[in-house]
This record gives sequence, C-alpha cells and structure tokens, in this order.
Amino acid sequence: MTTLTLTTSPILTRPVPGALANIAAVAGRELRDALRSRWFILYTLAFTALGLGVSYVSAASSGGAGLSNFGRTTAGLINLVLLVVPLMALSAGASSVASDRERGMLAYLLAQPVSRLEVLLGKYVGLAGALLACLTLGLGLCTAILAWKGQDTGVAAVLTLAGLAFTLALGMLSVGMLVSVLARRASVAVGTVIFIWLVFVFVSDLALMAGTIALRLPIDQLFLLSLLNPLQVFKMWSLHAGDASLDVLGPAGLYAMEEYGPRLHLIFAACLSAWIVLPLTLAAAVFARRSPL
Amino acid sequence: MIRIENVTKRFGRVPAVDGVSLDVPVGESLALWGSNGAGKTTLLRCVLGLLPYQGHIRIGEHDARADGKAARMLLGYVPQELGFYDDLRAGEALRFFARLKGLRLARSEVHAALANVGLDGHHAKRIRELSGGMKQRLALAIALVGDPPVLILDEVTASLDACGRGEFVAMLARLRGQGRTMLFASHRLDEVTALATRVVMLERGKAIADLPPADMTRRLGAGSELHLLLDAAVRAQAVALLRERGFEARLNGRGILVPVPESQKAGPFRVLAEARITIADFDLVPADGGHTHSEGTP
Repeated sequence: MTTLTLTTSPILTRPVPGALANIAAVAGRELRDALRSRWFILYTLAFTALGLGVSYVSAASSGGAGLSNFGRTTAGLINLVLLVVPLMALSAGASSVASDRERGMLAYLLAQPVSRLEVLLGKYVGLAGALLACLTLGLGLCTAILAWKGQDTGVAAVLTLAGLAFTLALGMLSVGMLVSVLARRASVAVGTVIFIWLVFVFVSDLALMAGTIALRLPIDQLFLLSLLNPLQVFKMWSLHAGDASLDVLGPAGLYAMEEYGPRLHLIFAACLSAWIVLPLTLAAAVFARRSPL
Repeated sequence: MIRIENVTKRFGRVPAVDGVSLDVPVGESLALWGSNGAGKTTLLRCVLGLLPYQGHIRIGEHDARADGKAARMLLGYVPQELGFYDDLRAGEALRFFARLKGLRLARSEVHAALANVGLDGHHAKRIRELSGGMKQRLALAIALVGDPPVLILDEVTASLDACGRGEFVAMLARLRGQGRTMLFASHRLDEVTALATRVVMLERGKAIADLPPADMTRRLGAGSELHLLLDAAVRAQAVALLRERGFEARLNGRGILVPVPESQKAGPFRVLAEARITIADFDLVPADGGHTHSEGTP
C-alpha cells in the first residue's frame, strides 16, 4: 500500500456513486439474501403446493376429474393469493429494516457513502424482486404441472393473476416496510404486520358486513369502503379482469359495474397504486429522521 | 481534514456531546479518550452522519450534513463490533461495500484486500464462521477499500482478546505510518499511546483537554492500567467498591478498567478479594504504551 495524504488519495478523484448505482447495489444484496433465506423457500413451496391443491379441488368439485379448466381454477387461486401473498410481503417488509437495526447492520450501512432513501429503496426493490420470483415460481410451477397433465392452462389468465398479485404484493411490502421503519425490534414489526394481515383478511370484511347491517349503509358507500381494503380491491380487480363481471360480489359488484363500467380498471389501479406509494413515502420520511441505532 | 465546530448532541435533555470543537489535520491520529458515557462514540456517530446534531462538521471540503455522501466517501469506518449479515461470505461483503464506494473489485483485488489485513484464503468463509478478531479485520479491509484518507475507529479492540488486540493495534499502527488521518475512540492507554499523535479527553460530553499522549499519562497520574475480566453480574458492584476506595474504575465491555499508580497495582485485587468477587482474568498495561508485561489468572 502506498503512503496516503489528502491530495494523493485515489478516492478524491472518484465520483460519488449515483443514487441508481447505490439502489441497485443494495437491491442486489437484498435479493440474494432473500433468495437464500428459508422464508423464501418455504413460501414458494407452500404457495405452489397450495396452488396445485386449490386447482385440483376446484376442478374436482365442479364435476371434472380434477386438474381441469384453469379458468375455473383462477377463482380458487385468487383466494389463495389473498391469503398467502399479503402475509408473505408484509413479513418480508417488516423484518427488512428492523432486523438490520437490531443487528447494528443498519448503522454500519449508513456510515457508507449511501443515502437513507437509497438504502430504503434498494431494500424495497430487492424484496420486490424476491416476491416476484416467488410468485413466478409458484404460479409458473402450477401452470406447468397443469399443462403437463394436458389441461387448458389459460396463459393470459395466469399472467393477469400474477401481475395483479405482484401489484398487491408491492402494496403490502410498502406497508411492511413502514412498520419496519417505525418498530424498534424485528419481533414487534413482525407481530404488528400479522395483526394488520388479520385485519385486512378477516376483520375488515366482518366490520364492513356489520356496518352495512347496523348503519344501513347505502350501496355506493359500501363499494367505496371496500376500496379501502387493498385485498378487496385485488379481489374485485382480478374478477373484473377475468370475466368483466362483478355480479359474484353481490349488489356492490353490480353497482360498481353499472356506475363505473370500464373506468373500474382505473379505479382499482389507483387504489392499489396508493397502497404502494403512500406507505413507502411515509416510510421514507420516517426513515430519514429516525436514528438507525 | 476533519473540522468539528461547536457540536452538540442531546438525547432528550441530556447532552451526550456538549459544544465540542476540534480540528484533525491531514495525517494526524487523534484519540478521543474518556470513560463510558463521555461522548466519544456519539461524537464519531455525528461525524459519520448517523445522528443529527447542532454545530458543524466538515470532512475534507464537504459538510458532513449537507453533503453526507461525498463526506463519507473520504471515510473508512470500523465499529466496535460488526453486525454483518451472517450468511454473507467475506469476499461478497467486501465486494458489496466496494460497490457502495463506486468500485467493482476483481477477484484478485478481493484476495489482495483480504490478504492486506491477514485474511488470506478466507474470502469464501461465511461471516458467521469468522472469529471476533477476523470480523474486525474484515471490517478494516472494508474500511480501506478505495484507500480513503481518513479512518474512523470506534473502540475497535473492545471485543478482542489480548492477543487479537495486540495484532490489531499493530496493523493500525502500520496504517498510521502510511500517513492516513485517524480519528478514534478508546479508553485503553496502550492503544492511545501506540496510535495517537494527539488526545482529546472527553468528560460528560465536553472536551476537557487536548494534549499529546505522554502528557495524558501524567495528567491521569496513573502508572498502569489494570484490565479486570469479571462476571457480568458483579461488574457494577466491583466498580462501585473500587470507586469507594479511591480507584477511578470504569466499565469496559466484558470487564472493568482501573488506572493504578505504580505503587498500588495490587490494590484493586485486595478490594475485590475482600468483597469475595472473583476475577476471571487480568491484564496490566503500562501507561507508556509498552507491551503487556503481566497477564494471567490470579
């Protein structure tokens, strides 16, 4: 090593790495870390196994010999995505920042020439990549096995479902990261997102039903309230994208179809986009001010 | 190289760093000396941009707050204990942190960087497989990526054993000899005398003295420093007992540190023996920074 002074240090002539380069570096490391982790493997295997199970049961219960008609099976897969994907994305986001903080890794990382926003976005992009890989593998394996069995796999339906599931995953990842930034401990963050998941999956539906009966909510308000739950939005959008009919959702679905028609895609897209952007923006604002220690 | 102007950092209403100002010229090695809670680590964290603060900090020509990324490009940082991702391999860790400094290291460069800190052949080892000393060496290798002109060291030997500590300090002394600017926190006299060209003494967040290492020894009035390794359950009690008997004992990682005059080196042993506190190990370090001349289990 050569003798160094301020004027001879080679680092003085090197430009400061740009935001995109740093985001890519953090994202790459986060993605590799996630792909090697047990949660990724477990979720992917569980998602695939459940997907195949749902496909088989849906087809068999509709009179077929099982593993038939992927279009019909899509409805079953939507419910599977509703349960598994939010939990997967919320827990991935929840442990991202909080566990690094707990290990002292966050402070070490931020002591490097990287900004807090770059670290947060890098983590987000990396985890989003891991979730995309998980969904692609899960749904891909499911589709491949159905195709191998000689069934109609409906590639367009699978791609649409995968795309919408990924959008939902991005929204839940944002919420998970917001919780992670706010929580002092990873265990608290994970506990909190499990509670949030329960609220989205079960409590909000029950509350909506109870509110409708108790408060005699008009149909338009019922539809607007259902838009507050990203899981409901995903469900409605998936069904709408699948067969352009929401009558399976009852009066609220019929109302939405009649009132908004083709604009529903835009409404659903705006709702899920808000679930992606708003929590992530809030997380960035909190992360910029919070001590990494 | 580093200019700290009237920096104050409060936690609630308690000032951890209170109006500290100091300059570290190019090539100087400045030690921040003080007991636990004196504000050494907090001040370093302000320099690194990890904590908000009042006042101004400049690194080279960059403001540490407004131009943090550029300022941190000039720094290599070694923390007290590294909380790395356990599954990452040593070579991968080096490559990752190099990318954050805008560098893509070739395989040969990774090997050379690890060899430079005595980690030859360990590039494929996972972090969890490395000992505490090896992790610190890896942290040093990462800090040196890109040859930054400044090293920030935060009690880097606190978690090392006597042997590992000696080797690590020798490595740092070699780096200092190459003209690198150093700002480090320590409460070990041997480290300060071996590495520092200047010492700033901190007490309750205030800089109370700025002097050469030799003068610090005289000011402390201590001939040696006794490092006692004690069970965690009795450390606080031991410190309290020793203070009652006039020794300036303080907690330090897995044990306690006691500056002792030449004529009273056995004093702390007597105090702790009377209280039936077992000493697991000890290390006596002369204040002039010489090698450990006595070490063992009483």
